[in-house]
Amino acid sequence: MTALLDAHLVVNRDAFHLDVVLRIAPGETVALLGPNGAGKTTALRALAGLAPLAGGHLRLDGEDLRRVPPEKRPIGVVFQDYLLFPHLSARDNVAFGPRRHGMDRRSAHAVADRWLERVGLADHGRRKPRNLSGGQAQRVALARALAVDPVLLLLDEPLAALDARTRLETRGELRRHLAAHPGATLLVTHDPLDALVLADRLVIVEQGRVVQEGDAVTITARPRTDYVARLVGLNLYRGHGAGHVVSLPGGFTLTSTDTVHGDAFVAFSPAAVALHAHRPDGSPRNTWPVVLDDVQHHGDNLRVRLDGPISVAADITPAAAAQLDLSPGRELWVAVKATETRAYQA
Amino acid sequence: MTKRVPVPLLVPAVLGLIFLILPLVGLLARTPWATLPARLAEPRVVEALRLSLLTSSLATVLCLLLGVPLAWLLARVEFPGRRLVRALITVPLVLPPVVGGIALLLALGRRGLVGQWLDTTFGITLPFTTAGVVIAESFVALPFLVIAVEGALRGADSRYEEAAATLGSTRWTTFTHVTLPLVAPGIAAGAVLCWARALGEFGATITFAGNYPGVTQTMPLAVYQTMESGDLEGAVVLSLILLVVSVAILAGLRDRWLTAP
Repeated sequence: MTALLDAHLVVNRDAFHLDVVLRIAPGETVALLGPNGAGKTTALRALAGLAPLAGGHLRLDGEDLRRVPPEKRPIGVVFQDYLLFPHLSARDNVAFGPRRHGMDRRSAHAVADRWLERVGLADHGRRKPRNLSGGQAQRVALARALAVDPVLLLLDEPLAALDARTRLETRGELRRHLAAHPGATLLVTHDPLDALVLADRLVIVEQGRVVQEGDAVTITARPRTDYVARLVGLNLYRGHGAGHVVSLPGGFTLTSTDTVHGDAFVAFSPAAVALHAHRPDGSPRNTWPVVLDDVQHHGDNLRVRLDGPISVAADITPAAAAQLDLSPGRELWVAVKATETRAYQA
Repeated sequence: MTKRVPVPLLVPAVLGLIFLILPLVGLLARTPWATLPARLAEPRVVEALRLSLLTSSLATVLCLLLGVPLAWLLARVEFPGRRLVRALITVPLVLPPVVGGIALLLALGRRGLVGQWLDTTFGITLPFTTAGVVIAESFVALPFLVIAVEGALRGADSRYEEAAATLGSTRWTTFTHVTLPLVAPGIAAGAVLCWARALGEFGATITFAGNYPGVTQTMPLAVYQTMESGDLEGAVVLSLILLVVSVAILAGLRDRWLTAP
């Protein structure tokens, strides 16, 4: 499928340098995921025309947008804190875009009413933004952005300002609206759950660069940076593969049932890590001594951080924890079965 | 236990308060309440009050028309020399108004830089006319408005303007439909301040526009002339009117400034 959005965004802002390639197909939702300060919002602002491009290219539906001012771009934006105009009612907020696109007042209000109905706020049109709840304001913001029929819809952390309960409901609803949007959608978020639920494809940025992209399955199975590994909850190491053995810097080796040659990653889940008070005997190929660093609650289990030749996270049950004396500085042994690891090309 | 206020702070504070209030008490004490209605109805008083209200209102309108765009420019557009422009704007604020009046004569007088051209080309002369009063008052009051509105614009979240742009709004429409409503309270406050300053204007007015009853004699000028002619009671009456107007303005701005932290 040809890309609706074809962008290579180069932005320089003070010492920060953003260089990101983004391609989004019609109807596709891409999540731009990354830690704070990775340049996600800068990328969104560059697309909307609110931050100047220092280089690269920007084509939307075949049109070069680089010299097009923000008000002429066929782009709708849902801002992080919505930025609903406080002096206008919900209805006038949604009608604002159509009005600026030359529609008369009556038609613009009709469009606004239709959108408010679609987001389930048909009877809230007269309210001012200060009289809307967080979830309602988010829906008005979405309606306002969609009311101009944008070719590209941009959402900046659309759920970040909501409390946990509202978030869950709004996320499901947002998913429905994004699926119905025929244009391209770019979702900027630092929340992996938002990205996994709402997006067809993930683009992960760190320090202004794309470090990994792909669908959720690929990324969760084969993370390529520590950030992504932490995001999906995996232990990740990079080394040099020779068959089933990957040598890490410092000479430590991990064995996998996968075969890999050359520059390689090894990943395994914290749940695959077994802890022993003494050196274990028998089958596990990967065993090494560790020192306990930290213990935290992690769902029903405990997540244990361990130092050693390589640092590793392990998830163990409270029962297992009771048998091992888990005080910081405690010396333990770690075992990871070769079948539980995944090795893949870097 | 209540905290004691140190005497070296308390005494000057109370003295300062008395110093500010005593003259007003004096004014009220000497007001000829019995003859007040008759005094107020004197044509000279009515004429001066009418002229004062008219010119200060026109000056406020002029200041709004020129000052709001100027404040927007200072707050929203990066241009070389912006700091210098801001410094220049505050000059009339600190300049003695009499000097401002002379400067206006030199610029807009019949032989002034621009005044000469206005006179020969359009036959317009500003000095010693009611329009001249408006000009003099605007010159002195404009900085108040610009500074107040620029502050309001800087305080307003400019991301609303970005949101408007993404919805297809040009910079002009954004200004009229988003920026102005957002800073309306700041503009209103600036306008009231501007109006009050114009109402009390004396130095620049008398220098540039003269003191002709019915044409350029505003309330402050009338107070001055009445006082000069030895009619203290008349001056008190006129002053009382100005005091009442000032207090009314303060009351109007109560929520905005007087309840600040």
